[in-house]
Amino acid sequence: MKLEELIVTGIRHATTEVFSTMLGVELESAEVSIEAGEPEANDGVVSLIGLAGPWVGTGSVTCSPEVACRVCSQMLMTEASAVNEEVLDAVAELTNMIIGGVKNGLEPELGALCLSIPTVVFGKNFRTKSAGTAEWIVLRFPWDGDKLVVKMCLAQAEKIHPILHAPTHTCALEI
Amino acid sequence: MEPDVLVVDDSAAIRKILQRVLHQTGMGIHTILEAGNGQEALEILQKQRIGLVLTDINMPKMDGIQLLAALKASPAWRDIPVVMITTEGGETKVGEAVRLGAAGYVRKPFTADQIKEKLVGILEPALPL
Repeated sequence: MKLEELIVTGIRHATTEVFSTMLGVELESAEVSIEAGEPEANDGVVSLIGLAGPWVGTGSVTCSPEVACRVCSQMLMTEASAVNEEVLDAVAELTNMIIGGVKNGLEPELGALCLSIPTVVFGKNFRTKSAGTAEWIVLRFPWDGDKLVVKMCLAQAEKIHPILHAPTHTCALEI
Repeated sequence: MEPDVLVVDDSAAIRKILQRVLHQTGMGIHTILEAGNGQEALEILQKQRIGLVLTDINMPKMDGIQLLAALKASPAWRDIPVVMITTEGGETKVGEAVRLGAAGYVRKPFTADQIKEKLVGILEPALPL
């Protein structure tokens, strides 16, 4: 199977599994696309995790503030009406579980990979850009009239190092 | 005596979910304490008698593998069962945890039943007949 197909299958499986298990939500099927060139501007919440090892890259989850609050409410069984620390933490953990699930699915093909701690940004009109890769594989999951976007970019490492530490800087962020 | 449980995860969301799940298990857990990383967990362990540790693997400052190694190296703490709850599914880290003496492993995402099933086998032998 091609890497692109592996990533699409991995994101689809991990995202639906996390939503079903942790949020009690059955997601509809996602629209898949490849994003290249100048990244789109974002409004809302984006959560990023770096991947390192024989392949390097970034996984991200992007959503509106309303979807972020809904994720927090469903996951923690609590009321969340505005983006606060608890909401950002819930989105970070959601990202950790989704990208972690994708990583687990890729490892038999690509070798052992390492995940960084998630970083979450909440703001308006910001762009995220991977420093090393031109293309992102993007899956847009519709959810109750809104959407949750899961993206990943991955490229073979130029020089393979044994994994000693999680990556610290895999993503350039323009705010 | 009901055990005190220490939940170690850098995600407050996961700590909150595990608090709820542990209370729902009906296993007579006495108190649930929380730490955000391995270092904080060791500080709690120095002050409080703990019967079970549930820990994430990937955490800042001191990760779950380092925490497990520290517990197993200490005569005072080596008998405390440690269950790893993590997104890690690769054999490298899970295998390392097993080699170091982890009592069990639950992969995130998890259901309440999966946590309960794992804890029944670990806690029941320690409960008085």
